[in-house]
Amino acid sequence: MSEVATHTPTRPRQTRPGRPHPVATRTPDSHSFATRPYDLVKEFVVALAVVALLTAALAAVFSSPDERSITMSGWAQAAPADVVATATSELAGTSVSATYGAPYNTASEGQKVLGIPLQKWGGVRIPVDSAALVLDPLTRAAADAPTKAALAAWRSAPAGTRTAWATAYGDALAKAPDGNPAAVASGSYGPVPVLAQSFLAVARSGGLEGQLAASGNFYGGDQTRTILLLSDGAYLEDTARAQQLGGDQWGMMNETGNYPGQPWMWLYTFWYQVAPFSTSDNADAQVWGLMMVLTLGLMFLPLIPGLRDVPRLVPVHRLIWRDWYREHPPVRRDRPAPKTGDEPGR
Amino acid sequence: MSGAGAAARRETARRPADSWTRALRERIERTVPPGQALPDRQPVFVSSWIYVFGVLTVASLVVVVATGCVLAVGGVAWWHVSSLGHFVNSLHLWSVELFFGFMVIHLWGKFWMAAWRGGRLLTWVTGVIAFVTSIGTAFTGYLSQSNFDSQWISAEAKDGINAIGVGAWFNVLNPGQMLLWHVVLLPLAIGLITVLHVVLVRRHGVVPPIDARDGE
Repeated sequence: MSEVATHTPTRPRQTRPGRPHPVATRTPDSHSFATRPYDLVKEFVVALAVVALLTAALAAVFSSPDERSITMSGWAQAAPADVVATATSELAGTSVSATYGAPYNTASEGQKVLGIPLQKWGGVRIPVDSAALVLDPLTRAAADAPTKAALAAWRSAPAGTRTAWATAYGDALAKAPDGNPAAVASGSYGPVPVLAQSFLAVARSGGLEGQLAASGNFYGGDQTRTILLLSDGAYLEDTARAQQLGGDQWGMMNETGNYPGQPWMWLYTFWYQVAPFSTSDNADAQVWGLMMVLTLGLMFLPLIPGLRDVPRLVPVHRLIWRDWYREHPPVRRDRPAPKTGDEPGR
Repeated sequence: MSGAGAAARRETARRPADSWTRALRERIERTVPPGQALPDRQPVFVSSWIYVFGVLTVASLVVVVATGCVLAVGGVAWWHVSSLGHFVNSLHLWSVELFFGFMVIHLWGKFWMAAWRGGRLLTWVTGVIAFVTSIGTAFTGYLSQSNFDSQWISAEAKDGINAIGVGAWFNVLNPGQMLLWHVVLLPLAIGLITVLHVVLVRRHGVVPPIDARDGE
């Protein structure tokens, strides 16, 4: 080691190859060790070049996924019965978003963790009227006479009657073969069948694109209402599950196609696959709470007795510093020292 | 009275006592002593491939930011309609995958080295914060793709965010908000945390081997 030198001239050191030493109980100053040349800038430049080349090679060979987004028109073309059923559930107030709770409405308490209603505490700060997801586009569209009459009938009816109409029609759709609106048994549905069919027609024509996002603004950047409506239907989830993207299919860390997705979210995704989270109504709040605790545990692991001692007990460090340990074999202790030196301050 | 002492007193008298510039310079020098920011020597125990993964992580971050900047030049929809844009998106994706891969190896390496020893707790903490912030940044990137992945991931993710009561402020169904978090706020946070992390590494030096003695 001809190039080994001391870093601090006032504290000359010399290495003593092969000499055993008692185990230290505090972490020495790294600046007190003998040194050798090390070109940090060269290391970084070489690393940058390697990463850039590796990235380019991976991009050229594997590309990246880009499956086109579902349009409302595409949804209406591919699953018209689902659009009708979804519109009906929005009018009945039985859709997922209509019964969601905060931040969209007060229809439910929302999820809790350890009995704490965090979701409710967040408050209703993005109000969403589920019936308006259907009625607003129909009102803005150049509706035909039957649709205008249906809208007028809906608006003039008492709230209880509207809910009864829409609920009855929703139940009838569920009983119809394949949810086919044309096969629904006759009943007291009021204007709901006309509204739902008109909504389907508007969606099919492309008239829904941007309607829910814009909210009267030319620049519609917020897709909250559009995605709530889309996810209230079955088509979005069916499409996702066909690509192994369901919540119980490790979907939070996967992406379309055979791509790695977000493997760093494996632990977050893992909890959704196992009980009690996989069967809990409060799974999201519980998993988030657990992950926050685990993250804090990782962050302050050096302060946790036992966990912080694992690196000393499992001799992976002897592989990492094998060159150094070869020349500086430690002496085995007869009795454990009161302090291990693994504490951050030692 | 020596001549040197008189010169020192004259120098002290010439410098204003409340100089912010001098205070900042001295603070910087106390934080990372001269010569420690970019030393050309390292302790002899710095001899393992595991040390490479820290710098590989930083190098990957540079590639991630650079490819993200190119995507920003073309705009949000560019990569959907341009083969060049799609390739740049692929570069961005794979540099992110490498970034996380290197960072996780770096993190595990530091764990097995118990690299928090010797007053390095804050170095460890900033590393974990950088890791968690990077996860959030990558997540907002997936929400900003304006494709099917974005639709599905946002529809699923809203339940988790809403369940802890912050969905109204961090609305994953609003791609405009998510894009700005992805390209401005979170990269800024990662940059600041990374700088702090590297400064702490340079301040304390590389952690010595477990059970090493002072000045061995």
